[in-house]
Amino acid sequence: MTGRETLLSIEGLTKAYPGVIANSDVSFRIGLGEVHALLGENGAGKSTLVKMIYGLVRPDAGRMLLRGAEYAPADPHAARKAGVAMVFQHFSLFEALNVAENVSLGMENPPSQGQLARRIREVSQAYGLPLDPARLVGDLSAGERQRVEIVRCLLQDPKLLIMDEPTSVLTPQEVEILFRTLRQLSAEGTAILYISHKLEEIRALCDTATVLRLGKVVGTCTPRAKSARELAEMMVGKLLNETRRSGSAPGAAVIEVQGLSVRSPNPFGTALKDVSFSVRRGEVLGIGGVAGNGQDELLAALSGEVSAPKGAVMLNGTDIGALGPNGRRSLAVLSAPEERLGHAAAPDMSLTENAVLTGAAREGLVRGGFVNWGKARAFAERIIREFDVRTPGPGNAARALSGGNLQKFVIGREILQRPDVLVVNQPTWGVDASAAAAIRQALLDLAEGGTAVIVISQDLDELMEIADRFAALNEGRLSAPRPTEGLSIEEIGMMMGGAHGMEVAHAQG
Amino acid sequence: MDLSAIDPLVLLASLMVAATPILLAATGELVVEKSGVLNLGVEGMMITGAICGLAVAVETGSPALGFLGAALGGAVISLIFAVLTQVFLANQVATGLALTLFGLGFSALLGQGYIGVKPPPTGQVPIPGLSEIPVLGRVVFSHDLIVYLSLILVALVWAVLKYTRAGLILRAVGENHGAAHALGYKVVRIRVLAIMFGGALAGLGGAYLSLVRVPQWTEGMTAGAGWIALAIVVFASWKPWRIILGAYLFGGITVLQLNLQAAGVKVPVEYLSMSPYLITILVLVIMSSGRSRAALNAPAALGQTFHASS
Amino acid sequence: MLRLEKRPVPSRAWTVATPVLAVLLTMVAGGVMFQLLGKDPFVAIRTIFWDPVFGEFAWYFRGQLLVKAGPLILIAVGLSMGFRAGIWNIGAEGQYIIGAICGAAVGLAFYPLEAWFIFPLMVIAGGLGGWAWAMIPALLKTRFRTNEILVSLLLVYVAEQLLAAMALGRLRNPEGGGFPGSRNLSQYPSAANLELIPGTGMHWGVVAAFVAVIFGYILLQRHVLGYQIRLAGQAPRAARFGGVNPNRLVVFCLGLSGALAGLAGMFEVAGPAGQISIDFNSGYGFTAIIVAFLGRLDPLGILLAGLLMALTYIGGENAQSNLGLPSAAIQAFQGMLLFFLLALDLLSNFRVRLATRKVKT
Repeated sequence: MTGRETLLSIEGLTKAYPGVIANSDVSFRIGLGEVHALLGENGAGKSTLVKMIYGLVRPDAGRMLLRGAEYAPADPHAARKAGVAMVFQHFSLFEALNVAENVSLGMENPPSQGQLARRIREVSQAYGLPLDPARLVGDLSAGERQRVEIVRCLLQDPKLLIMDEPTSVLTPQEVEILFRTLRQLSAEGTAILYISHKLEEIRALCDTATVLRLGKVVGTCTPRAKSARELAEMMVGKLLNETRRSGSAPGAAVIEVQGLSVRSPNPFGTALKDVSFSVRRGEVLGIGGVAGNGQDELLAALSGEVSAPKGAVMLNGTDIGALGPNGRRSLAVLSAPEERLGHAAAPDMSLTENAVLTGAAREGLVRGGFVNWGKARAFAERIIREFDVRTPGPGNAARALSGGNLQKFVIGREILQRPDVLVVNQPTWGVDASAAAAIRQALLDLAEGGTAVIVISQDLDELMEIADRFAALNEGRLSAPRPTEGLSIEEIGMMMGGAHGMEVAHAQG
Repeated sequence: MDLSAIDPLVLLASLMVAATPILLAATGELVVEKSGVLNLGVEGMMITGAICGLAVAVETGSPALGFLGAALGGAVISLIFAVLTQVFLANQVATGLALTLFGLGFSALLGQGYIGVKPPPTGQVPIPGLSEIPVLGRVVFSHDLIVYLSLILVALVWAVLKYTRAGLILRAVGENHGAAHALGYKVVRIRVLAIMFGGALAGLGGAYLSLVRVPQWTEGMTAGAGWIALAIVVFASWKPWRIILGAYLFGGITVLQLNLQAAGVKVPVEYLSMSPYLITILVLVIMSSGRSRAALNAPAALGQTFHASS
Repeated sequence: MLRLEKRPVPSRAWTVATPVLAVLLTMVAGGVMFQLLGKDPFVAIRTIFWDPVFGEFAWYFRGQLLVKAGPLILIAVGLSMGFRAGIWNIGAEGQYIIGAICGAAVGLAFYPLEAWFIFPLMVIAGGLGGWAWAMIPALLKTRFRTNEILVSLLLVYVAEQLLAAMALGRLRNPEGGGFPGSRNLSQYPSAANLELIPGTGMHWGVVAAFVAVIFGYILLQRHVLGYQIRLAGQAPRAARFGGVNPNRLVVFCLGLSGALAGLAGMFEVAGPAGQISIDFNSGYGFTAIIVAFLGRLDPLGILLAGLLMALTYIGGENAQSNLGLPSAAIQAFQGMLLFFLLALDLLSNFRVRLATRKVKT
């Protein structure tokens, strides 16, 4: 280990949920001022572990010692009093409240609003995270929202700061700034428990790494001393096949989007502004960007959930902007939204019923207004078989499936309908590594068969792996697409809008 | 027809009396909705309050105890809703309806022995000094204590929501219960308390009907007042001060149509009687069509069931 | 400590068992209530649930069963479609009244002509009247996003006033000696909705209720519209993604439930009630909400729930005349039933477990 004085020691923590053991006998130590990585795949048990440290979940067995004293927080208030703070992956923020109110809600003994606003300004400047305390959180970018969470933690002078997948919502430039802040904190003696599955980040930032797999600690190491490949092997347990890409040249343009501007259906959503691009047969266009910059809106405008202005969305030269989702499906324009439960699939419905959701027309599942349930079931079974969806059968409810399996079902449902254009948003979000690899391969194979594929994703590595060209969404605008080959991380970051709201810090830095 | 028989000052003064039950109930419901809960049982809680208030006042001879009993009765019956929606995770719309249906039957049952019984009078308390002001004194400052209390409660709710930590936490729970839970706030406990506060105020409003406005007990005497209170919360876009505006607007229409009836306007009484409901609908339409502002102010978690899965 | 765990799939067994359990619990709680009212709980329960079907006067009550259940089932089948889709029409009582007024008005317009087409015309007018009344909240919702719960409910009070205005005005019986209320339609052969099989209580409204159950079952299980209704209720975003037009669904669900409630009102006014009077409506539109939930929003379940609820009505009247039980007690009893049902619903969607704490190591 690092030879530092131990701050938090975790001894034999175990937590079981029905059917899953989330954590089994997990033990490790975090030293004072140490940046400690918790590395693992989706479903490895990282979230459950940090929830126990933060007092949201009680362990079934095992104990924790904070500076040698028994530490068993009954709730987050107790954790915060003991000097443990947490930045959530899905932010614990309130959109209709302002920054100061949001910060105040996460503090134990907040000062008056006026005083708090002053302290927010001070702390945010000191750590290079500028924030206006009076702004409504709903109007902030994802990066700025994260700053609210971090500042909220910092105001309580924490001894241990837990960060759950903090970089998934940041541009590369913003990641750099975050790392500077974290290093500063570490130098001041604050320990950081940094949860991620991004290996390069962990190698760049962390002093020690504890690797979790299926709820168990499978190793502890110094990440700088290991290669990314070695870390991946520890995390996944086996080496994955790399995706195969064919070198075949794309054909003629299939779908053309020209000057697309639409308002968001959500009050805090982002409107699309003058978005233009085209995708050719057999081509994969990757669209990156930080969450909340118009991804949902772009998918909705392409899927037909939101109708587009005249001439903005053209399929082989015909205007399809006025058509609804089923109208576009009949023309082989298919899509798979980001939110699996509740958008791409109905959680409480069976897989057979979910097969009808988008397959009704193209698969002939509805005749004369009546659903042919036999045929629907056969279609669901075909998806399950061909895309290796692990489930007892098509009668199972969608929400009973794991994230990876449901995602394979959703993507498979669209691919089996032989699309000419397929739009997917976050195809591998929250999906385990092997399912993610299978989905990416399926998308590449589809493109090879001549489909124009649009992949919207916040995972830049994913886009670099499968896309032929890359463009980024930033505040509803799309950058001009560029070939992925030879694109540097700095260039990508600038396309994504650089560091949002950081003009001041830039001038100083 | 003799419109000159309508004294505008009396009209304005009785407007405040007519509006008070709805003002109380709507203020309570506003707090409930701010915490993210939609309780459609206002009508049921009001009528329960009406009979509890009357019964207690008649038995003890004290209107003050009657109002206290009404608040208690409203809070207790709202607890059924609280337990069903917050502990048993039942659908809020269905449970609210059930509360209204149950309240109507239950109150009729309690009221068996009180039909036609006159409650002890609730005295008017003109505010010394202020009530001497010409015109305004008679209209605003010569009422019973509950009228003043209803206005003070609105001010109190406004101040608590805007300036106190408790108000901030309540709003936070109504905006995003998941985040509030993650920060360690007791979502269920806060909501149960809000629901009971709403029940108590609805009960007070009901008692104001049976003890002051009518004053006696008849089955189903709330006649939709609870539903109008719900509509007024929407009309007010969840802002306390605008509740007063909405309630007084409604009170004004009620009083005006009653006066027109008394004055013998040549429109059948039934058409005049339906006007408050029609105007409430009209106001709802106007509020909802100017969608952006009003919709944005609705608590984001309104009506959603919360279950801490972790 | 008890702990709740969401089931991966709602339990079918509990879905069927909860209504039965709710009825039993309501009997227990109702028994306590009757005891407090000074009545023997066992006698009261028997008077309400047993005597009407198997007692001495069962021959009379059994016929009443269908008479009461018919409108409840007819209305509840319509409501259940909307409730499934998350569209809350709680103003069926108003649509019921308007349907009755329209149906009666058409019948009375032809008085004293005797012709075969009068009754069918009244049926159409009743259905259309209810439909049109429900279109008010539907259009306000689709056009202005106005809350349909409040509008449909407030319109009940408007309809009640309209009913009074009609009973006292336009539809008053000119030969009624100035008493409020219309001519008695059941004594006007071309407009009367009489018992089809004597002694059974079976009239055209009951036939319509059975047809509605079958129609509702097919719609939900087989038709794509039923699929869309279920989808929109469970996952509104997924429904839009699946090409469901939410506005069309609002118009369909409110229109269907309004038309069925209007039909129920029309069959009632031409048959069991006989005339438009100030207090013609008796709360079927509200009780049907309980029936819809008790029947699990499923047409076949609603059929059973409607019969059961009709039983509490008849049994309640029986208890009123035999035991002096106040009529309000039955209303409170029905409300309690809905409470228990909603509480027990938890068991279909969640598993209740004893939270076990393992020994710390």
